[in-house]
Amino acid sequence: MRIVVAMSGGVDSSVAAALLAEQGHDVVGVSMQLYPQGEGGAAAAREYGTCCTLDDLHDARRVAAAIGIPHYILNFESRFDETVVSNFVREYVTGRTPIPCSHCNSDLKFAELLDRAIAMDASALATGHYARITQDDAGVFHLLRGRDPAKDQSYFLFSLTQAQMAQARFPIGELDKDTVRAHARRFGLRVADKPDSQEICFVPDGDYAAFVEREAPALTRPGVIVSQDGTVLGTHEGVHRFTIGQRKGLRLSSSEPLYVLGIDAPAARVTVGARDALGRTTLTASDVNWTSGIAPTSWSTVASQIRHRHAAAPGKVRALDHRRAELEFDAPQIAVTPGQAVVFYAADEVVGGGWIE
Amino acid sequence: MRIYLDHNATTPPAPAVADLVARVARDNWGNASSVHHFGQQAKAVLDEARGRVSDLIGADPAEITFTAGGTESDNAAIRGMAEALEPAGRRHLVTTGIEHEAVLQTMKALTRRGWTVTTLPVDASGIVSAEAVAAAMTDQTALVSVMHANNEIGTIQPLREIADIAHARGALVHTDAVQTAGKIPVDVKALGVDLLSLSAHKFYGPKGVGALWVRRGVRPGPFMTGGRQERGRRAGTENVAGIAGLGLACALAGAHMGSEGPRLAALRDRLERGIVAAVTGAERNGAAAPRVPNTTNISVERIESESLLIGLDLEGIAVSSGSACSSGTLEPSHVLKAMGLPHARTLGSIRFSLGASNTEAEIDQVIAVLPRLVEKLRGLTAVPRR
Repeated sequence: MRIVVAMSGGVDSSVAAALLAEQGHDVVGVSMQLYPQGEGGAAAAREYGTCCTLDDLHDARRVAAAIGIPHYILNFESRFDETVVSNFVREYVTGRTPIPCSHCNSDLKFAELLDRAIAMDASALATGHYARITQDDAGVFHLLRGRDPAKDQSYFLFSLTQAQMAQARFPIGELDKDTVRAHARRFGLRVADKPDSQEICFVPDGDYAAFVEREAPALTRPGVIVSQDGTVLGTHEGVHRFTIGQRKGLRLSSSEPLYVLGIDAPAARVTVGARDALGRTTLTASDVNWTSGIAPTSWSTVASQIRHRHAAAPGKVRALDHRRAELEFDAPQIAVTPGQAVVFYAADEVVGGGWIE
Repeated sequence: MRIYLDHNATTPPAPAVADLVARVARDNWGNASSVHHFGQQAKAVLDEARGRVSDLIGADPAEITFTAGGTESDNAAIRGMAEALEPAGRRHLVTTGIEHEAVLQTMKALTRRGWTVTTLPVDASGIVSAEAVAAAMTDQTALVSVMHANNEIGTIQPLREIADIAHARGALVHTDAVQTAGKIPVDVKALGVDLLSLSAHKFYGPKGVGALWVRRGVRPGPFMTGGRQERGRRAGTENVAGIAGLGLACALAGAHMGSEGPRLAALRDRLERGIVAAVTGAERNGAAAPRVPNTTNISVERIESESLLIGLDLEGIAVSSGSACSSGTLEPSHVLKAMGLPHARTLGSIRFSLGASNTEAEIDQVIAVLPRLVEKLRGLTAVPRR
């Protein structure tokens, strides 16, 4: 069976490819070039760094050569810019806090890249995600957390549909990171000790505000910081510099620690207050995907994650209509942040997820 | 069995060439600048190769400078003439939009030193007009650089007319003949140019070696400084084994060109006819102009060349498209853009470049595979996933 593996040049996808090749599959490696690598072009001014740079593409190519599989670099520059980067900028300037990795998965990897894999006569697309897919006796696919709780990436994959899961493979989902690195050494891959990428790949320095300002200078404008009763406490240089629950960088003098409670982008107003005012028990999610393909119309008990590093909190969820859902937590959750994903779990299984409104 | 149809990118070395390169590297390792026996043996290899290169292009051996390949030859010609002619107040260059990057980027680099460059468009058949060259010439024009044949579409440029026009205005003419040397007759006197670049690996020689022909009396400044090798034109110990391979490749090309050219043209025509007949929306690019016999460039409607190229490779058929950038992804061809083709037509273009190993059966295999692949790719892109 031919399987196309999305190779980033990191250790996880490298080992995913090597394991599939070792199992005897007809493996074809592909890497997505996501931003311009040569000289010239306005975007060349962006200083990209940690993931999917030219070095990473070369790493992917070397790994493919080492395990003896063909490898192609696919030009996804314009698609990445149109979908992931522009969405990232738009979200920040509208006062939301985006997760580009989830958009990259749903709008590029398991959309166009999967199409491209099928065009290569592959039956599946594999990635180096720490997540698992199982199929039950009725033929229904289930998306499960990766076996390594420290590395689980199922949160970023909530948008997978039954059709996509039928064609997705996560070869390292059963492994922990140490085992993955041990496999890399066993295969003799030079990326065995390559550090994990930490930041959003196209903002390697982690300075999202500066990135948004470079990309959309016309869309950022200053405004005021107010208390919950509307008292003006200070000014700011743009709502894109804030996220719900943020404490640092407010430049306010106050006896109590102040946190961002709300962002009103049209008014360019940021509301701050005490930490206990950050708690919320309800939220609405949009663009919701139910992994089973069936939306629960009555309340369903789940544990939900509102950030990648958030301990799933118990509560109940139900579909409002075919794309929206409402969620009630049993206890208030700190910093429910519009633009982040909320992902609903039943034990280890992702039952669905959507974008926090 | 894989089918190789990318000979304009590189060719497999002829077995006799590979053998000679290995033998010289092993047995004739002297430094050609040395006075002693070992040096003399190496120098003799260079002399023989120099004669073989000059024979291929109707030149005098003393006019041949060995380089590390076509890109270096282009750099040596353009940078060298710029350096030589700058004191005379000539700081203008003329070229075409379909040149190899070795020419375009070298000229771009000179613009940062105050030179101006006129980049001429070509017509829809991929030919630059002599009139356009005439109109671009000024009293400051130092050098006109126009390739002999284009690497992507194979069109042969009217060099003689261009050379006459340039010379009438006191400018010199360089041509990148990397895609013609060894493929079609190249005679520097008939072409009327002053400098000519060629590269061994495009005609069954080794990689990393080429030559620059400079008409006697024309004196480019040194492009690399160092020792006095190659009459001071190219410093650095000569790549004796590679140069021997270049020489033999020239001799073999000269001997086989008369029969190989028509054979490849017939295969190329068969391929074109077969594809245009079997693939809907397939159109040849640059086919109306005189072309080298081994090259065809075909645009396929509603297909991205990247998918087509990968699909063909997975079927064991090696072709190319556009120009590869540093990472190896493909960018829309600057050549097809310079021809003024619609954007959609530049996106789905692939180049087949034939060579010695290709057979009629291989061509028929491509004609059988391509329509199926195109239909499959078109079917997939028509279905939205979400």
